[in-house]
Amino acid sequence: MEFGPFLLLALMEGMVMSAVLALTAVGLSLVFGVMRVVNVAHGEFFMLGAVAAWFVTQAVPGHPALGFAAALLLAPLFVGAVAALADGLILKRLNYDPEATIVATIGLSYIFQQAALSFYGPDARPVLAPFDLRLQLPWFGYSGYKIAVVIAAALILIGIWLFMTRSRAGLVMRATQADRDTARAFGINVDRVFATVFALGAAMAAMGAVLIVPIQQAHYLMGHDPLLLSFIVVIIGGLGSLRGTLVAALLIGLSDGVISVFFSPTLAKILATLFVALVLVFRPQGLFGGQR
Amino acid sequence: MLEISDLSGGYGAVEVLRGVTLTARGGEVTCVMGRNGAGKTTMLRAIMGQVRASAGTIRLKGTELQSLPAHEVPRHGIGYVPQGRRLFSDLTVAENITIGLMTRNHGAATRDKVLDLFPRLRERLDQRAGTLSGGEQQMLAIARALCLEPAVLLLDEPTEGLQPSMIAAIRDTVMLLKTTGVATILVEQRVDAVLSMADQVAFLQNGILAETCAAAALTPASPQFQTYVGV
Ligand SMILES: Nc1ncnc2c1ncn2[C@@H]1O[C@H](COP(=O)(O)OP(=O)(O)OP(=O)(O)O)[C@@H](O)[C@H]1O
Ligand SMILES: [Mg+2]
Repeated sequence: MEFGPFLLLALMEGMVMSAVLALTAVGLSLVFGVMRVVNVAHGEFFMLGAVAAWFVTQAVPGHPALGFAAALLLAPLFVGAVAALADGLILKRLNYDPEATIVATIGLSYIFQQAALSFYGPDARPVLAPFDLRLQLPWFGYSGYKIAVVIAAALILIGIWLFMTRSRAGLVMRATQADRDTARAFGINVDRVFATVFALGAAMAAMGAVLIVPIQQAHYLMGHDPLLLSFIVVIIGGLGSLRGTLVAALLIGLSDGVISVFFSPTLAKILATLFVALVLVFRPQGLFGGQR
Repeated sequence: MLEISDLSGGYGAVEVLRGVTLTARGGEVTCVMGRNGAGKTTMLRAIMGQVRASAGTIRLKGTELQSLPAHEVPRHGIGYVPQGRRLFSDLTVAENITIGLMTRNHGAATRDKVLDLFPRLRERLDQRAGTLSGGEQQMLAIARALCLEPAVLLLDEPTEGLQPSMIAAIRDTVMLLKTTGVATILVEQRVDAVLSMADQVAFLQNGILAETCAAAALTPASPQFQTYVGV
């Protein structure tokens, strides 16, 4: 293949990566922004989403699209419910203390991993794509499903953005993010906001996982990469800044795609980590974060 | 209207307030004075449920507030203007107002009434609250609290750092609310401002309510100011 088409292919792969990463990282960023909780279990919520998607598609007979649609709805709901439970049982009791919650979510991540190992097993298992369409470009064929992933992620992100900026629930979340004590003084039930935000953040990771699982397979250890990359993206974008998170997801996803295709996936991860180190040294508030 | 009796409370094991008893009546301004660290802010936060009462009661029209979760206190009609304003600074002026309105499900009528009091806010509805001038921020903090149509209004040093014309505007607002029957508790450090607004003055000293007297009985030369505030 010539360089031009090869680059195009790399960029398309990068877009798929960006799309799923954006969903996952926005969830992490939302949780950190509103709750000031660094959720180390975020990658495991991603993994649980993928595993739940496998169970749902197994249970739904008929055309793969049916099972997949059910998974896209049910897996995030299930993961969101697990997260809300974890919030009420653990984080709330720690008073959302920033350090204690880091330790607690590390513990949670092991619990989720071991639970998945027990109930799902050590194997990687595929989930069928909802449709099988190949787009024939002049230079190469490309999976129509991957393009659908990008579109779906973009639609979900637009939905989240509208929810945060236009809805009353979104306004309440942003007010809580700005000042939780004062939010209480205006009748906002901060505990309920936190449970909702934690569930929503986890559900976003699960949505990303459901979208990717027809490409990547579900495995009980699959949460590591999304966690690392989400942290990278959230730090580069500026902690708690949704716009920054989106831009950074695009940046990291595209460069990861290009570097993986032309060189190696390992080099891509090394460079991303190096980039984060540079950001932390020279611009700790992130490329797009305001002064806090 | 708001009756605080024998209230104690503080942060963790540290008791800041010790046996505070104070009644704020409707249509009256109760000023609270005391040195830095005397516990004035802590008292208002205790009323709002943000500081737990370890003993004593806070009653509003027969409802006991001290055992309610913090987010339910304002729904009984208590508007709070915290020290340092504490606006939702990333939100716009309009959104800050909306949060105030949502507290007790008030609508456009209340919003119009409040914005009529503060025309400068009406011109800046889409501006981020954090970018307002200090005086405008204080107006917004008061406007946000008035969106509850409160029966009790708590103001914590609203004139701090403001120029005289702005202080006069705040005094006018407080006096106007007084005529509508609101019970106001105002933490204020300036003697002249206190004497021009207060019906009753309470002096806090190390978390103890040392003395409460009618404002009419005080003059700028009264010894209480020297004793409890140090001016
Ligand atoms: N969050 C907190 N945790 C622990 N102690 C606190 C906290 N907030 C206030 N205090 C302590 O409680 C005491 C009373 O503080 P408070 O803010 O109520 O004083 P104040 O009368 O409002 O003072 P100022 O005039 O400076 O506003 C002080 O000794 C202060 O250090
Ligand atoms: Mg104070």
